Amino acid sequence: MWFEHLVFWALSVVAIGGALGVVLVRDLFRASLMLAMAFVAVGGLFVMMNAEFLAVVQILIYVGAIAVLFIFAVMLTRDVQQGNTPNRLQIPAAVVSALVLAAMIATAVTTDWTTLAGAGLEAKAQLAQTQAVGIPDAADLTNAGLTPAEVASVSSGGLADLLIGNFVLPFEAVSLLLLGAAIGGLALARGRGR
Amino acid sequence: MTLETLLIVAAIIFCIGLYGALARRNFIAVLMSIELMFNGVNLTLVALGRYVAPYAVQEQLSAVFTGQVFAVFIITVAAAEIALGLGIVFAVFRSNESVDLTDAAALRH
Repeated sequence: MWFEHLVFWALSVVAIGGALGVVLVRDLFRASLMLAMAFVAVGGLFVMMNAEFLAVVQILIYVGAIAVLFIFAVMLTRDVQQGNTPNRLQIPAAVVSALVLAAMIATAVTTDWTTLAGAGLEAKAQLAQTQAVGIPDAADLTNAGLTPAEVASVSSGGLADLLIGNFVLPFEAVSLLLLGAAIGGLALARGRGR
Repeated sequence: MTLETLLIVAAIIFCIGLYGALARRNFIAVLMSIELMFNGVNLTLVALGRYVAPYAVQEQLSAVFTGQVFAVFIITVAAAEIALGLGIVFAVFRSNESVDLTDAAALRH
C-alpha cells in the first residue's frame, strides 16, 4: 500500500513539475521536453487508475505525436532560446488561475461523492476495468460474483462496447472532424499560390 | 491515492495550463499550455470514472468506462486541434516573420 502511495506522489510531482516547467522555462525547446515529461507522468497516473488502454493511447498520441510536432514547430520558427516570454497580462492571469484553482479544490473537497466503494461496486468495477484490457476470462469474472449479464457486457470488451455501442454517433462525428482537420492542416501549411 | 487527491492534482495541472495560455507571448507556448489543460481534464474524467458510481452502472457494468470514452474523444479532438494550430502557427510565421501573438493583429481592424 505504501508503495502505491509513493508511486502516486512521485508521478504527481513529476506531472506538476513538468507543467510548471512548460510555463516557466524560457528556452522553448526545453519547455517542449518538459511537456513530454508531464504527458508521460499523466500516462502513469492512468495506469494507476486501471485505464491501461488510455495510458497506451496517451504515450502514443501525446508523447509520440503531439510533443514531437511541438519540437518540430519550435525548431522551424525563430527565438528558440528566449522565446517563452510573458506578456502584459501576467499578474491578472496569475490571479485568475489562482481563483479558478481555489474554486476547483473547494468543490473537490466539499462535494459528497457517491463512490463505487460506497455503492458496494468497487471490487466488481475494478475487476471489469482490469479484465477488459486483456482477453477477459469469463470463469474468473463469474467467480468474482458478476451476474451473467455483467460478464457478457464486460467480456464483449468494456471500452469498445461503449465506444461502438452507446457512443457510436460521436465516434463517427470525430472521424469527420479528423478528416476536416487533416484537409485544413494541409491547406494552411501549403500556403497561397503554391 | 484517493478521488480528492487525484482531482486536486488534475486541477493544479489545469490551472498551470490556464495561466500559461493567458500569460505567454509565444503562439507555440500558448498551444502547449492548452495541451496541459486538456491533460488536466482527461485526468479528472478518468478519476471520476474510476471512483464515482454513475446511475447507469447499476444496470450496465460497462458504464464504468464512460469517463475513459470521454477521454478518448478529448485526445482525438486535441490531436486535430494541434494539427490545425501548428498550421496556423506556420501561416502566421510566414506572413509576420515571428510567432509573437502581440504582433499578430491582422484580424483586429
